[in-house]
Amino acid sequence: MGEIQVETENKKYEPKIAAFLCNWCSYAGADLAGVGRIQYPATIRTIRVPCSGRINPLYVLKAMANGADGVLVSGCHPGDCHYISGNYVARRKFALIKSLLNHVGLEEDRISFSWVSAAEGGRFAEVVKGVTERVSALGPNNGIFKVVDGGAADE
Amino acid sequence: MNKIINDIRETARQLLAEGKVDVVIGYEKGSLPLKATPCFIHSSEGVDSLIWDETCENNLATYVAKTPGKKAIVAKGCDSRALAVLLQENQLVRDDLYIIGVSCHGVIDQRKIGAEVGEILEASISDGKISVKGMEGDKEYLFTEVKDATCQTCRYPNPVMEDLHIGDTIEVSQEAAAFADVEALESKSDSERQEYFKEQMSKCIRCYACRNACPLCYCQECFVDCNSPRWLTGGVNRAENLLFQAGRVMHLAGRCVDCGACSRACPQGVDIRALNRKMTKDVYVMYNHESGISEEGKPALNEYSANDPEQFLVKE
Repeated sequence: MGEIQVETENKKYEPKIAAFLCNWCSYAGADLAGVGRIQYPATIRTIRVPCSGRINPLYVLKAMANGADGVLVSGCHPGDCHYISGNYVARRKFALIKSLLNHVGLEEDRISFSWVSAAEGGRFAEVVKGVTERVSALGPNNGIFKVVDGGAADE
Repeated sequence: MNKIINDIRETARQLLAEGKVDVVIGYEKGSLPLKATPCFIHSSEGVDSLIWDETCENNLATYVAKTPGKKAIVAKGCDSRALAVLLQENQLVRDDLYIIGVSCHGVIDQRKIGAEVGEILEASISDGKISVKGMEGDKEYLFTEVKDATCQTCRYPNPVMEDLHIGDTIEVSQEAAAFADVEALESKSDSERQEYFKEQMSKCIRCYACRNACPLCYCQECFVDCNSPRWLTGGVNRAENLLFQAGRVMHLAGRCVDCGACSRACPQGVDIRALNRKMTKDVYVMYNHESGISEEGKPALNEYSANDPEQFLVKE
């Protein structure tokens, strides 16, 4: 019986992934995946933002601190930004925050960035599948943004 | 009497007497040994309190935007770099600013001395030697032994912009920036680094002294004080502390001039610079950008290029 329980527990673990999607490309790409009935894991919690340039690095930090197991950030391909340069300025921020968080000891695969256009419904599903697989392999986010050994936040 | 100090006082006296500036921002002797304190001189009678030595550790650029009127500022290399970033960001008016440049040999790392002799009771500096009388013993140091970590790798001891230079300039080799300290950490494993930063973050008491000492943390409302959204819950634990420190470092990306004011202001000895240096290195390596080395130019995150590296993307 114990074994069965372990198995169901293992099956139960589904990571929670906060997905910040740009309104013009990636959100529409996710929409296309839906319209096209393309299956992908129900692990992402979509947060629609006007542009990937709108994503404050604090969103990523706060999502991790609030219990997300992973973060996915996706915007238009470079050159395709609805606001011309939003994703270009975002790209620098993303590269830096990813590097910084890896440096302080956050696992490489917790935070993922990608460019998905409105026409890439299939690719969006692939990205979500890939991200989900990697985050699941890491397990729950008990690293640097959580205090598991008591003394947690007072809220 | 040191010639540099004399010249600073003379310059300040003239500027104030001629009405060219309303206030001179400089250093005066602090109430604790080996600690200079920033001072604001409004009339030519007060200039004799101005000093200049290895204890002048604050970054005076912090006070410039908050001080009304025309001002003169005694600036080391890092102060002038911070001023350059502030000018790039339109926080200052160049015409209201008179920069008295002084080349800096580095400042003293008090924590290093305090760790050996206990609380510092008395100290004197002469000819590159520092004699200290502490609670737990006396000791004499060579200045190079107790030079602050920031100053050891300093590439800009001479002000990058100034209206007047006092004293000699310092020769520094202008080869590529060295990041031995960052590389040492990078070469460790993920879990070792995680342990290191967990330990550092557990020391932090979130007094925000680092933020207040930083010349480039000038937001009207800091994200830590923001109520809506509440980025931080108010609890002091290492996870929250990391959120604060990482958020602050992100805000300083491509702007931090590596003056080390945050680390020196920290009462807990948190290795704040480890984060800032990593960011500085990334910006340097990825975007070939050094902050505040001239009045022109923009901070790294205000610019972009179509060819910016994007190895960080997912493989799908």
